[in-house]
Amino acid sequence: MSAVAATPDDVLVSIRGLKTYYALRGSFRQRLVGREAGSVKAVDDVNLDIRRGEVLGLVGESGSGKTTLGRTLLGLVPATDGSVRFEGEEITGMSERELRAIRRRMQIVFQDPHASLNPAMTIEQSVGHPLEIHGVAKGVERRLRVAEALETVGLSPPEQFLDKYPSDLSGGQKQRAVIARAIILNPVLLVADEPVSMLDMSVRAKILELMLNLKHEFGFTYLYITHDLATAKFFCDRIAILYLGRIVEIGPSEAIYEDPKHPYTKALLRAIPEPDPRRTVPRDLPRGEVPDAAVPPLGCSFHPRCPAAFEVCGWESRDLRDLLETRWAHMAEDDYEREQAIVGDLSALDTTATTFRLDAPAGSSGDDLLALLDRVRAEDVDEPFWRGVRHLSASTRHLDVQLNDPYSPRLLPVERVQVECNLFDDDALARAEVLRVAER
Amino acid sequence: MTRDPVVSVHDLRVYYGSLRGTVRAVDRVSLDIGAGEVLGLVGESGCGKSTLGRGILGLLPEGAVSDGEVLYGGRNLVGMTDRALRRLRGPDLGLIFQEPMTRLNPLMRIEEHFSETLKQHEPELDADEIRRRSLETLGRMGIPPTRFRQYPHEFSGGMRQRIMIALALVLRPKLLIADEPTTSLDVIVEAQILSILADLRHNFGTALLLITHNLGIVAEACDRVAVMYAGQIVEEGDARDVFGDPAHPYTRELLRSTISLDTTELHSIPGAPPSLITPPTGCRFHPRCPDAMRACAVEPPIEQGLAGDRRVLCWLHGPDELLAADDRAPLERVELAVAEEA
Repeated sequence: MSAVAATPDDVLVSIRGLKTYYALRGSFRQRLVGREAGSVKAVDDVNLDIRRGEVLGLVGESGSGKTTLGRTLLGLVPATDGSVRFEGEEITGMSERELRAIRRRMQIVFQDPHASLNPAMTIEQSVGHPLEIHGVAKGVERRLRVAEALETVGLSPPEQFLDKYPSDLSGGQKQRAVIARAIILNPVLLVADEPVSMLDMSVRAKILELMLNLKHEFGFTYLYITHDLATAKFFCDRIAILYLGRIVEIGPSEAIYEDPKHPYTKALLRAIPEPDPRRTVPRDLPRGEVPDAAVPPLGCSFHPRCPAAFEVCGWESRDLRDLLETRWAHMAEDDYEREQAIVGDLSALDTTATTFRLDAPAGSSGDDLLALLDRVRAEDVDEPFWRGVRHLSASTRHLDVQLNDPYSPRLLPVERVQVECNLFDDDALARAEVLRVAER
Repeated sequence: MTRDPVVSVHDLRVYYGSLRGTVRAVDRVSLDIGAGEVLGLVGESGCGKSTLGRGILGLLPEGAVSDGEVLYGGRNLVGMTDRALRRLRGPDLGLIFQEPMTRLNPLMRIEEHFSETLKQHEPELDADEIRRRSLETLGRMGIPPTRFRQYPHEFSGGMRQRIMIALALVLRPKLLIADEPTTSLDVIVEAQILSILADLRHNFGTALLLITHNLGIVAEACDRVAVMYAGQIVEEGDARDVFGDPAHPYTRELLRSTISLDTTELHSIPGAPPSLITPPTGCRFHPRCPDAMRACAVEPPIEQGLAGDRRVLCWLHGPDELLAADDRAPLERVELAVAEEA
């Protein structure tokens, strides 16, 4: 477990048990009676160290919480719980004033260069703005410092750019200006949130190259937030894969790419379109999309999409709903209507229950429901959901369904990486074995 | 090129006016797309890809003029009245946009989107038939019938894009133009959508023009590829041939600058795509081309056919009789400043 073994001197940022929740607004009525509408766990119990001088990649799809994690780290979003230490100093709970002082040491580069520069400010004003905010330099000195920063990021000769407006610059030039603004105060940490994903392929390499050169020249530490595993592979020393607010796999880049452990990491790598004419579109993709973070799946968040999910991964009634809906999507209308009449309304399944009762609609019975589910199972025995079913019992009016209890995966060391997946957890495997034996 | 093209574009030009002059966004483009064929259109932004896609469908902004031929079913779509074009859009010509969120009406159920579309273009269909057709198409896109009466906001981004594709396909168009259909989606969802689009050719026999800046997508999902630069097609051919052995230096450099899992060294193309108002003389790529010769800066290249239904617009491939020994000498030029590159 290299992240924990690192000596404190090595560690620039230390994140422990970090949670960032966003409250849901709920309906007007709910607010009126003061009822909580629940929350979205954007970052859910993350432990992470960023070492001095390394490039750490934070990789995930939209909704994975990668951007929120980056912002919480900078104090731009308040943490709900947990600790973020930057150079040994606790950041969570700091006042805006204290934060401002510390932000000279950590800066952010946003995704959209077109939106991160004020169109009414010249490049000199924009890039020199941090100097002004922090009272470092103004007037001629500011101009000199800005010119120097522009030169550093390759906008040279700087005189050509100082008095220009963002609209006079190309996308790549704007992103260079944004980087100049981020480094003008000599920070130690740069959080780069998708810095190249809005840029053309032909420009991306140049910006990444610039960032690498800056790192070598000034010894920056980067947190590189991206959805793109291809640029991350090239750019990062270590990679953390995020899924629904949690780190599901973390380790040295080579290990993640050579030998991914988590089924989600494997799926992400397989889905990247490669400019190799011998490849075709992969067919064995995880179904569905990142689920609703307001009501995350039980157990492992990835289990509804996971091809390797087994007995204890967190099966719940929504999984049965998805199973039936997916089946019906590919059926002829008549067949669908026949089955739909047996099951009735699926909205009762829209919960995270592990034990639930399906009411048979008029004209159907518990036995009909059981027969239907048996048929569905027989048609696709390999479907992981059925491993989660412990017991089905039919009565005249309903079908009682009992699913296995969920086992929430823990982040555990596996070879060179750490993985949060039940497949690598002896306790989870043992429980599943007990269930299998009981079934026989 | 293709034996039996669904659409055949000849010398298409699309110009529009701007304060600084005439923008030649599409400049004498010719291409064919056959039934059940997926043609990928790639190039950097600002090369005229989207304008070409819209120009083929006659969907041009005000102030734009087009000239040339877009032959579809024996008729030229260029110069056709708006009314006649509108009749073709939908049942014959379809378009899938980049942003699925902005193209569905938030106040209309999915069912209403489909019934409106079908009633508009196929008024003879009755309610049962409309429902059957809609559900069948949605099913192929993986949208379950239980969600037919829901509103757009109840769907995820990927599902909305599937609904958009289903809305275009429910009319069974013969030609479909997809403009960056997966750009705002996550990789796994992107791959799901691409496998759906790649299946279209078998299921519907649709001719598909797939516009993208992602070469990986083209390599995996397309039969043929056309590479566009500064308003022109600079290379076209079988996707495997073109990517395996690019004939045009621009294609080669684009491929080299793509960052993939196999990338071990960063590479980029110097400079940026040129202004479409005053494009460079000679070959439009010559200021950025590592292989540029003297002739390239002076004379526009002439399109050359290569083996295997391939064509390229580059002096490196001749015609030799037009090149004197002197013309083949490397082009001397001043170094580009770093600042001009980005």
